[in-house]
Amino acid sequence: MTQNHGVADVDVTIPLLFEEGSPGSCAVSLSKSDVPQQDVRKMLPAELVADDSPPLPEIAEMDLVRHFTRLAHRAFSVDANFYPLGSCTMKYNPRINERAAALPGFANLHPYQPVDQIQGLLELLYAVREFLQEISGLPEVCLQPAAGAHGEMTGLMLVNAYHRDRGEQRLNVLVPDSAHGTNPATCTVCSRTAITVKSRPDGKVDLDDLRKKVDRHTAALMITNPNTVGVFDEQIGDLAEILHEQGALLYMDGANMNAMLGIMRPGDFGVDVMHFNTHKTFSTPHGGGGPGSGPVAVAEKLRPFLPIPQVIKKTDATFELDHNRPKSIGKVRAFFGQVGVLVRCYTYIRSLGTEGLRNVSDKAVLSANYLAKRLEKAYHFPIPGPYAHEFILVPKFEETGVTEIDVAKRLIDHGIHPPTMSWPVHHCLMIEPTETESLRTLDYFADTMLKIAREARETPEVVKNAPHHTPISRADEVGAARKPNVRWLPG
Amino acid sequence: MSIPQDRKYLPSHEWHLVEGSIVTIGITKVAADQLSDITYVELPKVGTMLQAGSAFGEIESVKATSELFSGVSGKVVTINTELNNHPEWVNQQPFSQGWMIKVEATSPAELEKLWNAAQYAQVYPT
Repeated sequence: MTQNHGVADVDVTIPLLFEEGSPGSCAVSLSKSDVPQQDVRKMLPAELVADDSPPLPEIAEMDLVRHFTRLAHRAFSVDANFYPLGSCTMKYNPRINERAAALPGFANLHPYQPVDQIQGLLELLYAVREFLQEISGLPEVCLQPAAGAHGEMTGLMLVNAYHRDRGEQRLNVLVPDSAHGTNPATCTVCSRTAITVKSRPDGKVDLDDLRKKVDRHTAALMITNPNTVGVFDEQIGDLAEILHEQGALLYMDGANMNAMLGIMRPGDFGVDVMHFNTHKTFSTPHGGGGPGSGPVAVAEKLRPFLPIPQVIKKTDATFELDHNRPKSIGKVRAFFGQVGVLVRCYTYIRSLGTEGLRNVSDKAVLSANYLAKRLEKAYHFPIPGPYAHEFILVPKFEETGVTEIDVAKRLIDHGIHPPTMSWPVHHCLMIEPTETESLRTLDYFADTMLKIAREARETPEVVKNAPHHTPISRADEVGAARKPNVRWLPG
Repeated sequence: MSIPQDRKYLPSHEWHLVEGSIVTIGITKVAADQLSDITYVELPKVGTMLQAGSAFGEIESVKATSELFSGVSGKVVTINTELNNHPEWVNQQPFSQGWMIKVEATSPAELEKLWNAAQYAQVYPT
């Protein structure tokens, strides 16, 4: 491979660290050892001593810095480009969140410090809980779960504990076919059997099918609402009633809370337990950008089973940890959960306030419906609107052979991140603009999608061979999946 | 391509070919096309007992992972181990070389409830 002397160009392949550098170069200078040298062969059994030094890259410090900086410049992020990824709200993370989380009073705490030294943090955690209680319309929240799926698991463990406490063992969990994939996975992890409930053609739950499947063995129904096809199922109250009549509970996956902040409260339509994804709704970093957090909110009847400890406020307005919950399922995470993430969540909620949060959902819903309207003539919409915060469209250019994958790849040429593809409806694209995009950006996206639809009919090869402006155009996905080669070897 | 008339179908796209008490199960061309390039097929162990309507395995493509369902109860007597090395057979020959499992049916009458070729083709025209 030829040396790339930092020519910042997308057409240049960046070599691996192993391929860069030259023998003898080193990016670190260790200080002189101040302890006597020992021969490692005298300290370890012979079979544990390697014959040669490991083949580590030999590269100078500046070359190393430039290597990673060049890679970083190729990272695609919402800070740099429009990112309309449906199903997993990719919202902007305001910088003020980072500033708050870096405050020494939060960042430098030790989890074993006595409670009288961490009153500020406990007050913040207590406040986050109060906020989430108000937003969900449910009386208590647990902040421990370390991610959305972990919140689901905690929620279902609470459901199991509730039935067990009543002397019942309910082994089935109903999951609509429009649910997030993590829902049936959670059932399996919690030793419950997931039973699929059908959706109607409009994407909402088939109540007749639900009535047939709910019985005294049903522990709960897990529903994502608004669901993954982007519609709010207004039958949710009826669903709750059908379940409650049989002693079953209603679990709501809060992945799509971005559509209902300040508009509706799950507790008001009969939800017994739900989780939040702070990275989707409250602008904390997405995976890779930091640890997650998946707070769980519960109805009164599940309160005794919540994980311990809970932060409580005493009559003298100081804060304390409550471990005295004999029916608790125990701990699901060390200490107080992901504190740094919860500080960001608090900051987001406080900086927007009640009106601001409502505005988030209003704008997220308006933006999605605006885009759907602008694209309605050029694409096929299998689920009728109006939509919540995201929607599904299917590119239909059958005679040309252009598919959803080609449209997604062509978007990359226009600096737009591909939307979620091929799920939950075959050949679809799931588009979620979020609330923070300007009308200018939304129009740019709509214009681009209309242009691609024209290209698909007039010059389909341009779409089918996209992207044209990336270091690699189309990777061999089939080869990579069928014969993965995950180990780099020299030469 | 028309679909074979000699089998029974589930709405979830599995075909069932009956030969005596042995039922061979695979997926249809419609399903294979929708999944696109198949990369992995996870099959049950020989001897596994299946319930009609329950999942017996999973199929993975570059796009998605789906469960595989059996329309008949019984014991898995043979699995197509060749699919480990040749998952593409399900794309190329879904009705022959791409078969998945053979089940010794305990209640063959269950098959009466499945769709025939005409019913399947009506819902999923090719």
